[in-house]
Amino acid sequence: MTTKENKKMTDYDMEQLIGQVLRLGVLISGSVAIVGGIWYLYQQGSGLPHYSTFNGEPAGYTSLTGILSGLAKGSASEIIQLGVVILIATPIVRIFFSLVSFIIEKDRLYIVITSIVLFIILFSMFAGLKV
Amino acid sequence: MTIFTFTLILLLGAYLAGLAGSLTGLGGGVVIIPLLTLYFHVDIRYAIGAALVASIATSSGSASAYVKEGITNVRLGMFLEIATTAGAVIGAILAIYTPVNIVAILFGVMLIFSAAMTLRKKSEAALITGSKWSYKFKLNGSYPTKDGPVDYKLNNVGAGFSIMTLAGMLSGLLGIGSGALKVLAMDTAMKVPFRVSTTTSNFMVGVTAAASAVVYLQRGYIDPGIAFPVIIGVLAGAFTGSKLLMKINVNSLKLIFSIAITLIALNMIYNGFNHKF
Repeated sequence: MTTKENKKMTDYDMEQLIGQVLRLGVLISGSVAIVGGIWYLYQQGSGLPHYSTFNGEPAGYTSLTGILSGLAKGSASEIIQLGVVILIATPIVRIFFSLVSFIIEKDRLYIVITSIVLFIILFSMFAGLKV
Repeated sequence: MTIFTFTLILLLGAYLAGLAGSLTGLGGGVVIIPLLTLYFHVDIRYAIGAALVASIATSSGSASAYVKEGITNVRLGMFLEIATTAGAVIGAILAIYTPVNIVAILFGVMLIFSAAMTLRKKSEAALITGSKWSYKFKLNGSYPTKDGPVDYKLNNVGAGFSIMTLAGMLSGLLGIGSGALKVLAMDTAMKVPFRVSTTTSNFMVGVTAAASAVVYLQRGYIDPGIAFPVIIGVLAGAFTGSKLLMKINVNSLKLIFSIAITLIALNMIYNGFNHKF
């Protein structure tokens, strides 16, 4: 009975932890996007949008190094892109925390399953599918 | 139109998208793509990037509440995410070889399907016995109701897993959460009670969308000028929606929204056939 109770507790703890991670990620990325957005409108608000043809974004917006070097220059677009990166990272961080929880619970089946999901996303990130 | 007015209108549109998406359960992405392409004449590739961002924002925002209440089946979500993330990566690869007008037509078809799914009859019934695989993968669970926790069991794990792979592919190709297909897999195939399937589907959307978003970000589909009003608007809209959901009856709203979505879908399909993308 005690083992079952313990297991229930950790599942409950994991749910609270995951909920907290998701909420925090959304709050941070939303705040960063607001700051970047206001700065962006101040810099470029009177310009004209150019979205009817697809040119792809310049390298500065599409890689972490590009975004970070833009941040150092105080560029508004890169601040927004940082918010986007935090938003995309939020569910990925959630998987990572699930993995840690399953390791603590010693649920070997779900350690494997969670690792597979994490691997697929990391593969997608680094496999150079951007062509 | 200057960037300033573009941003304000998009912010309002994204707010309404997040609001309607959370009230009807369709998610934010499905409204963002037609809004950007049909109204603003934005290239569909930028629209897909924006819709992915919107999907992650709505999913993470509302999942945080549902997970804490213990309705979401975290193990079931995790298990099926193998299918949806693998599908999403395939979808993001297929996107390179798919002409944009085909993407628009597929999107329209998916939209009509989603509208139909919104209006379907929901089953709250819980199975007493599950299939062999449901025990093997520890997918059965329980969820809280007014009358205390209810146990449920699952069926047809293989069929559910296959539909989830398709849902992931469409999500990666079109930039949407494919919530309707996810619910179909869990409700109709696996016989999950609908409150569990809706919240678990919503929980999975963020991870599925992130799997293809990392590719689309590198491909330059995600533009900062479109992304920031979309993130802020959709988050604020979804938040308002989750507060309103307890107070109002959404049935008539779902009907109106489904009809509107169907008309938009026909417009997308028509434009797709005429190569207007």
